[in-house]
Amino acid sequence: MKKILKLFIISVIFNVLTLNVFAGSGGTIEINSKSNNQNTEVKDCFETINRGVFAFNQGLDKIFFKPVAKGYRYLPKPIRSGTSNALNNLSNVVTIPNNLLQGQFKEAGINTLRFSINSTLGIAGIFDVASYYGLNKLDKEDYGQTLGTWGVKEGCYFVLPVLGPTTVRDTMGSLVNFGGGDAWYNVTIANDTKYFENSDYYYSRLTAGVDFRAKNLEAFDSLEKNSMDLYASVRSLYLQDRKRKILNSSETTETMNDDDWEEIDTQ
Amino acid sequence: MIKLKFFYIFFFILFLLNPSNAKEPSELINELVNEASIILSSSDPVESKIIRLNNIAELNVDIDGIGMYTLGSYRKTLNDDQKIKYRKLFKSYFLKSFSSRLVDYSDPKISVVSEKKINEKYTIVSTLLEETSKNPEVKIDWRIYTKNPERPLIRDLIVEGLSLARTQKEEFKSIMQNNGEDINYLFKSLEEFIIK
Repeated sequence: MKKILKLFIISVIFNVLTLNVFAGSGGTIEINSKSNNQNTEVKDCFETINRGVFAFNQGLDKIFFKPVAKGYRYLPKPIRSGTSNALNNLSNVVTIPNNLLQGQFKEAGINTLRFSINSTLGIAGIFDVASYYGLNKLDKEDYGQTLGTWGVKEGCYFVLPVLGPTTVRDTMGSLVNFGGGDAWYNVTIANDTKYFENSDYYYSRLTAGVDFRAKNLEAFDSLEKNSMDLYASVRSLYLQDRKRKILNSSETTETMNDDDWEEIDTQ
Repeated sequence: MIKLKFFYIFFFILFLLNPSNAKEPSELINELVNEASIILSSSDPVESKIIRLNNIAELNVDIDGIGMYTLGSYRKTLNDDQKIKYRKLFKSYFLKSFSSRLVDYSDPKISVVSEKKINEKYTIVSTLLEETSKNPEVKIDWRIYTKNPERPLIRDLIVEGLSLARTQKEEFKSIMQNNGEDINYLFKSLEEFIIK
């Protein structure tokens, strides 16, 4: 029972981190794929239930995450930057194996060097010394993205309580972390080491969630204020974001399908 | 006198045909950002800022095109009266949403990084919104409609890889799907948003 509770808490915190996007009837959403640039549809399973869960998550955000994130903003910038750097550095323990699994050997090398330099010279990652040496920060990778690059389809889109939006594939990816795929989890919770406590893991995840929320306070407020159907907007943003990350491309021309635009002629 | 008139007409046509009159997409973004920056950093009342921002949007954004894109496949099922009503409502909705998003920024610093021509009709201009004490640096790509090179128009903003037009389109689609595909519900939602 204690173990189940522990896993639940971990997955809650883990999802807060993927809250990049909060928050599904038989509704479908168009997402184009890079290989053939054709639209495929992602199923929004159990939309009625998903909307209820989404509303619950919104309430939780209002009474907990948003106020905490606002308070976090009052901390001096060097403290926030240091925290953000340390958390980013820690995320390398998941990014590096995923770089390797996706065949990104150069990126794996850079991230390993960054992790080594920042963990030592950068004092547990608080200072991003590696960037000073020309090793700039790269995109994070996770097991859900790796499954995506291997051709695994999203499956249903759904919303979990507290955890927020996800797909079957992303949930499978998250579970790999708890099965030995996250070294930080392994040394804090899975294995009884002398150096770390279980709470170190929980604090780091919770802080990462608050740090992310604090960086996006205005963006979320703006989205909320300007949406007629916030649930649908969040769903769209989540799926666009995951797709872009799986394509590992920052080129808009590679991630956006132009077909629909081509039909619109106003000049 | 008639000769002089023809002379002027001839030069006027030459002027129109001259490719140098074409406005570069990056130039459009630079001008737009500078104008918006002046407005947003001014001490004018918010209402006045909104009016001025809306004027910029009406001149530089293809609101009609975005509206049709946002409607997705439903644009093919509307009759003429519904199209007229939709265009009118969408314009008000768009301008309200546009100014409301921008007016929260006091003085955004945006710099053009590069531009990439996709085809004759579209160019993507990549920009960076500078980091502030509150917000991290943000990458913004602008989809510019260049069918008429003398009057390039903005059709989409892609913020950190997330398209605002696509998000809006999926939002409209969801409203339609959850209300029996009845366009009147979308009109109602737009009206409610406008008067909110």
